[in-house]
Amino acid sequence: MGHCHNIGMHIEVPQDGKKIVLVGNPNTGKSVFFNYLTGMYVDVSNYPGTTLEISHGRVGNDVIVDTPGVYGISSFNDEERVARDIILAADIVINVVNAVQLERDLFLTQQVIDTGVPVIVALNMIDEAERQGVEINVDLLSELLGVPVIPTVAIKKKGLDQVKNSINKARPGRMDPELKEKLNTMLNRVGSQGEALLILEGDPAVSERHGLEPENLREEIYKRRRERVNSTVRQVVKETNNGNNFADTLGRLMIRPATGIPILILALYVMYKVIGVFVAGTIVGITEETIMQGIYEPAVKDFVGKFIPEESVMGSILIGEFGLLTMPFTYSLGLLLPLVVGFYFFLSLFEDSGYLPRIATLVDRVLSGIGLNGRAIIPLILGFGCVTMATIVTRLLGSERERRIAIFLLGLTIPCSAQLGVILGLLAPLGWQYVLLYVITVSSVFVVVGAIMHSTLSGKSTDLLIDIPPLRLPRLDNVVKKTAVKSYRFISEAFPLFALGALIISTFQVTGILRILQNLLAPLTVGWLNLPAEASTAFIMGIVRRDFGAAGLAELPMGAAETVVALITITLFVPCIASIMVLFKERSISEAFMMWGGSWIIAFLVGGTAAHLLKVFDTASGAVQAAAAITAAAAVILVFSRVTARNKLKKSSAAVAND
Amino acid sequence: MTLDTVKRGQSCRIVSIPDNGVRAQAIRFGISEGEIVVCDEVIPAGPIVLRKRRQQIALGRKLAASIIVE
Repeated sequence: MGHCHNIGMHIEVPQDGKKIVLVGNPNTGKSVFFNYLTGMYVDVSNYPGTTLEISHGRVGNDVIVDTPGVYGISSFNDEERVARDIILAADIVINVVNAVQLERDLFLTQQVIDTGVPVIVALNMIDEAERQGVEINVDLLSELLGVPVIPTVAIKKKGLDQVKNSINKARPGRMDPELKEKLNTMLNRVGSQGEALLILEGDPAVSERHGLEPENLREEIYKRRRERVNSTVRQVVKETNNGNNFADTLGRLMIRPATGIPILILALYVMYKVIGVFVAGTIVGITEETIMQGIYEPAVKDFVGKFIPEESVMGSILIGEFGLLTMPFTYSLGLLLPLVVGFYFFLSLFEDSGYLPRIATLVDRVLSGIGLNGRAIIPLILGFGCVTMATIVTRLLGSERERRIAIFLLGLTIPCSAQLGVILGLLAPLGWQYVLLYVITVSSVFVVVGAIMHSTLSGKSTDLLIDIPPLRLPRLDNVVKKTAVKSYRFISEAFPLFALGALIISTFQVTGILRILQNLLAPLTVGWLNLPAEASTAFIMGIVRRDFGAAGLAELPMGAAETVVALITITLFVPCIASIMVLFKERSISEAFMMWGGSWIIAFLVGGTAAHLLKVFDTASGAVQAAAAITAAAAVILVFSRVTARNKLKKSSAAVAND
Repeated sequence: MTLDTVKRGQSCRIVSIPDNGVRAQAIRFGISEGEIVVCDEVIPAGPIVLRKRRQQIALGRKLAASIIVE
């Protein structure tokens, strides 16, 4: 077959079978179509060179392939590259279009039509459009596009069988005659209309495959396509009212700071109540203590113990305190899985309802001060669930620079849910003055380190540019499914890392390195942080599991000042071994070492400063004064870093002016 | 003038978007050079929210400052 060379992923298609590809913008209900068409026989495979997973399933002799939701196909990000390659290799495209957002969605439709592939359009959420007063002339739309258009309400299963039965009616659509002419010349050289189109649109990857220089016509083609789409929309859409309803008003209130911030706080509070109290307490109590530690671990220890004594070297590596067969299982399945599910549930809820882009817009201003844009709120929220998970999720950020900042801040300042529980337990009895000191210190580190990285790192962070979809009530089954898929992917990616971490730690334990490290750290804990020598054990245990470290502190005889210093240090101190593994996986070795070393230095520097401040103000009200001193110091550093950054900018623009 | 100086409720015509990638992405969202858009929301010192018919997009303040409108 002629198009085999351009697919990055090999999907078996029977001889007389067709490759039917589902294409659509994000959140158009594409997945409902995929599930309906494929039933239960679905394969998920990783798309080579990306972190994206592509689902495909068989229907008779044909294969249905899903693609990531995109607004267009080109090389702007991984999603687009993958969608582009799958579409270029398609025999038929089913394009799912959101009837409410026709103007946006039809751009992709027209682009797909321009590739010359046979297309059928599913005009989805037609009921929603009607409710909002959008009337669409389906026959005229079909005539203008030149392909069959079928109105559907996917979540109510309306029109799905009609789409299924009409797949063979898909046909190449109508396109701009002028574009067609341009394409013909290129078509003679590359042999495929789709690839010819992408070369004309200046796609570097497709051009390279043909050994051609990318053309420079994207601007012109995009503009003409936009005009064509706008004119189509003008002809087929009749708006009967402005759709100014409750959802619109609420959507507005979510973006405006005066109302948006209280709404966000409320949402986070509900999330805390559900995850922090119910999941972390009740559910984890059952999964970790009752099931994993109560049933699973004794059973494994008992079974393995029959062949290998637990006290032997092999025994402690397999079933010891950090044994390969015990700790990673209990940790990832008993403790993390329920928390990860909880966090992904809320994230999917926010995403499907359209709240997430509104949060991103609301917080963009704050995050831009540390070189991130509003979208970075997603990994930052997830970090409170599990830093390992959040580090993986930073892949959605727009540039390497942003990933670098976000990953370091996550590892340094965000306490994961496992640790947060123990920290809150130790901190709360000390009184609000110490809680204040803790919160102010850790958040000052977050802001100061972020701002310094932003002003010193080279390169440019990407700006916020996102689509804000209308608010809608999320579908529970969709949310549950998304949660399940994401949680499963995370656990399957993270589990090997936890296992490797356990192996390293138990090797350290067996060989005595763990003890040596604890002894090495002791002088620093005693002399600089003014803590008991045993606190160093807790710090080292914090590398094994962050909550182990914090829990280890609970057993030490410490006053309020010592406790808060120890908690600040352990929060900032290196993240757990699994996060360290992810850090090394996601970043270069030298960068990972720098981040790792950096968190040691910052943890002890800040912890020590707090310890010395508390020595001066050694009362509860002293803690407030210490907090004030830290705030002042942070403000000074911030102003200073901003001034240096501005000077640097002036210098570089002066240099440009001089050129 | 630039997009970051537009006030809530005001409509304006996009004159130029300097960044290539942003320009292409904006065309896909239906907001291209020459289009008339309504400013739906201005977050103080933060993003600008634009609307064209039912399409709403949010742009970071710095990005908005680089876009020329009239």
